[in-house]
Amino acid sequence: MQLSRTSRWSLRTITYLTIGIVYLPLAIVLVLSFNDSNALVWPPRGFTTHWWSTLTDVESAREALATSARIGIIAMLIAVVLGSLLAFGLQRFEFFGKNTLSFLAVLPIALPGIVTGVALRNTFVRFGWDLGYLSVVVGHATFCIVVVYNNVVARLRRLSPNLREASADLGAQPWQTFRYVTWPLMRSAVAAGAILAFALSFDEVVVTTFTAGAGVSTLPQWILNNFSRPNVLPYVTVVATIVMVISLPVAWLAQRLSDGPRER
Amino acid sequence: MHPVHRVGQRLERAPGLVPGLSRFFGARRRLALGTVVSGPLLWLVVVYLGSLALLVTSAFFRLDDFTGKSTSEWTVDNLDEAFTTGAYRTLVIRSVLIAASATLVCICIALPVAFYISRLARSWAKRGLVVALTIPLWAGYLVKAYALRAIFEPGGDNGGGFLNSVLGASPGFGYTATIVTLAYLWFPYMLLPVYTGFERLPDALLDASSDLGAGTLRTFRSVIFPLLIPSIAAGSIFTFSLSLGDYITVKVVGGTTQMIGNIIERTLLAPNQPLAAAFTLWPIGIMIVYLAVMGRLGAFKNL
Repeated sequence: MQLSRTSRWSLRTITYLTIGIVYLPLAIVLVLSFNDSNALVWPPRGFTTHWWSTLTDVESAREALATSARIGIIAMLIAVVLGSLLAFGLQRFEFFGKNTLSFLAVLPIALPGIVTGVALRNTFVRFGWDLGYLSVVVGHATFCIVVVYNNVVARLRRLSPNLREASADLGAQPWQTFRYVTWPLMRSAVAAGAILAFALSFDEVVVTTFTAGAGVSTLPQWILNNFSRPNVLPYVTVVATIVMVISLPVAWLAQRLSDGPRER
Repeated sequence: MHPVHRVGQRLERAPGLVPGLSRFFGARRRLALGTVVSGPLLWLVVVYLGSLALLVTSAFFRLDDFTGKSTSEWTVDNLDEAFTTGAYRTLVIRSVLIAASATLVCICIALPVAFYISRLARSWAKRGLVVALTIPLWAGYLVKAYALRAIFEPGGDNGGGFLNSVLGASPGFGYTATIVTLAYLWFPYMLLPVYTGFERLPDALLDASSDLGAGTLRTFRSVIFPLLIPSIAAGSIFTFSLSLGDYITVKVVGGTTQMIGNIIERTLLAPNQPLAAAFTLWPIGIMIVYLAVMGRLGAFKNL
């Protein structure tokens, strides 16, 4: 398609400007974590590493981090098992209600988090189950299933049915085809789904707020609670920077994994 | 070596470890299907749909004013209050407008950016550009919301915001800041399907359009845009839904602005669970209509 020089130039400018805008707030957080002030304002007043060096003294942050990691791992495990099974079942079999089920699978992220949160909270309270770790895990797993499902089903759709047929022609039993053909080709998508599910759980705040009891505080909740406390606020920027620095390469890895093996 | 070739080898080495089992499942595909799907099905239907159903019914229960708990007495008062009160209706309309505006902002940025990456960027740069624009999604929702607060901060006793000190002006906290922040937060959800849509557009179609004498804008309007509608619809489900239910962003950068989520949260913690449940029928209903319309536009083939 022929484009004038001006339109090419403006499209490129818009793209790189967008990238700049996307990273600007992240850069601001990074800079403010070294700011010699306990207010989230610009420009920074002076340089200090005080917040970074005394971070380990903030016990509540450590506890929140441990809570988030624990919840994230359990929710991820549930989501990996259920999401992969669902993707496999929906991709491999034809049955009545299949379309409804695949629609149902994306519903937990198509409906606002506040609906999921209020609905699950209501169920827990109605049945007299305590709000705590377990209820948060159930809430997180519900939307994490979707992430794993999406990743795995996209991969399974790309796999040629010829491979399965070739495997069967070579005399493989269905479980052997799965073990030696399908699984090696889908496992990187499962891994990517797992990483994204953990990341989603680690960052989630709405469903968490409604399903967590008084004793459970995840990292996002710790952030939420401490933004209004001037003496903890600088530590929030430090924790935020650390989370950012860790999660960006991990998200990049997840993207690489979900691209999958190259076509041969 | 392709995995298929490996099968032949492995079969010779490990002849039929569990052949009985797989013949059993192979012959009974229904059973295999049941085994595979029952777990996720139970979770999604019982835990998720069950909770949604319970939530909807709980909107019909009367609240015991003394205990603050819902009774088992049926009433339509909650629905009446949630759906006929003028102030709540205004709030819902405002939330829909904010979510729609954020979605529109995402579309307006995603289209040129996806076009550039898909058609003009060099092939080695494509992947990097897409990743660069989507991974900030994982950098922390609250962190980004508060970072935008520092950007929009209108200034005060203890300093100004980023926009104020760099550009000398800031829209301050309110509608603009809320819409921009929501669009910023959920932009990757729009970019990815739109980019995939662009990648699927055949070059020949665009060339044909130019050959027939269409200018860039005409090609965009008559060829590209209609073919991208399913992708835009798919992306908009996320940007719209996530914005519609958001009540934290609006607290952080919205000043005194309120959205439907704020009312749900406040009512629930009041505590008035039945009325809060009645309020959630607004976003549920709006999203059902929205999903139906987007489904019509072909969104689900692109999810």
